[in-house]
Amino acid sequence: MFEAIAFYLFAFLTIAMFYITVTTSQALYALTALAAGMIFISAFFFILGADFLGAVQIVVYSGAVMALYSFGMMFFDTTRELHEKQGNKYIVVGLATIAAVLVVLIFSAPILSNNITALYPMVEGAGNTQEVGMVLFTKYLVPFEVAAIMLLVAMIAGIVLAGKKMDASLTLMTEAEIKDMRKQKANKTKEIV
Amino acid sequence: METAYLIETVIKIVIILLVFSALAGFGTYFERKILAFMSRRLGPMNVGPYGLLQIAADGIKLFTKEDIIPTNVVGRIFKIAPVITAATAFMAAAAIPFLPAFTIGSYEVNPIVSDINIGILYILGVMGIGLYGPLLGGMASANKFSLLSAARSAAVFISYEVVTGLSILAPIMIVGSLSLIDFNNYQATHGWLVFSQPVAFILFWIAAFAETGRTPFHLVANDHEIIDGFGTEYSGMRWGLFFIGEYANMFFISFVIPLLFLGGFGDGSVMGAFAFLGKMAFFFFFFLWTRAAWPDVRPDQLMMLCWKILMPIAVINIVITGIVMM
Repeated sequence: MFEAIAFYLFAFLTIAMFYITVTTSQALYALTALAAGMIFISAFFFILGADFLGAVQIVVYSGAVMALYSFGMMFFDTTRELHEKQGNKYIVVGLATIAAVLVVLIFSAPILSNNITALYPMVEGAGNTQEVGMVLFTKYLVPFEVAAIMLLVAMIAGIVLAGKKMDASLTLMTEAEIKDMRKQKANKTKEIV
Repeated sequence: METAYLIETVIKIVIILLVFSALAGFGTYFERKILAFMSRRLGPMNVGPYGLLQIAADGIKLFTKEDIIPTNVVGRIFKIAPVITAATAFMAAAAIPFLPAFTIGSYEVNPIVSDINIGILYILGVMGIGLYGPLLGGMASANKFSLLSAARSAAVFISYEVVTGLSILAPIMIVGSLSLIDFNNYQATHGWLVFSQPVAFILFWIAAFAETGRTPFHLVANDHEIIDGFGTEYSGMRWGLFFIGEYANMFFISFVIPLLFLGGFGDGSVMGAFAFLGKMAFFFFFFLWTRAAWPDVRPDQLMMLCWKILMPIAVINIVITGIVMM
């Protein structure tokens, strides 16, 4: 009974939060609702007994949305309402169609589910974390490693992009040095012009 | 069975809520007293014997003060931000075993709300959400200093989480479980983890200061701006909730560090329970001690410390632990 109550409660909360995310014109509401929705989703993992995934969902998405907040902080005055530019109307139609198809598929999924068998059944006595590890390092080893390499590439690219022109630190320089650097820069641009 | 379990859980939750919100009040008293002694003052002395009733006076003041919502703030977010800090602090406590299991009559009580098998991950994740409180409070406040404070809290958030996660990984590899009870039982038979994982212990301890936002990483509410950072626009009980969250977090992390590295409550005897509380008290005291002894670091220094120094050390520690375990 508790599972049913928890499921309907969190289902309602999650949908409400994501609804706010897409409809509000206030950046702070949208971001907070997004974070809350992501965290409420973890409740479904806990209900299904996948504790590890639930906790990872919380850890990963609370950090990810934090990055969005810092962008919001940089680009908008988050205490004011934003007036969005209305773009292509056909995109809305297309997305709505896809959403409708998805809903039909989700509701018809139980018809097919009778034929589904678990490829990797639960191992007796193994905890949640161990089970994730077993599947990840046997059947899905190659995708896992490929994902790891892609993340590494992205990380190196990020460092290279962010590290450009960062050989001088303004906080470590004296006033005179900073003035000197500015003068040099101004001269350079003059030469180019 | 079902009813007994339900009643037991509800009672445990209520006890934890009451005890730790009261302890948060006492925490402020301890902090003021200890800081006062360390700078050769007396601290609160006037209300009650030895200033003990100062907590009650503060409580009455916070509860009865007018709750001001300034104009121009983003109302709902402004109102909910302190609740996030306080609520997540107490939610994290759900996976912490506060004492060894004991029996009342013939009924066995486990002083942990829920022994989920990913305890430590859950605690760190939920405690991490607590920093959304200062962030949202600062961003919703329509005040430049609050916004700066929110930016600093985002900086803290992206710095420390990597260090906590990676430093804790090596002990997890040794114990082979994420449950705090398993950590405790492992150390009861194999000796304390601090001796086999001293580097991880120090790293986690440093990260705990960032996690709770205490000096030397108290840059969320930058003290030398005189105003209170994200809390500038808050008044009354909403401001008090930020405080309850911060102090409850300090207490909970002081429970977690001994459980992870210093043997926890050992074999579960009464002596072990008292030793556990003693260890907790030491770590709580250490938070206050550092506040009296050290200045704050700048946000860029914190990020450099976490990403360029602590994270590589943590990774090397994991690699060495892995090689030794093979």
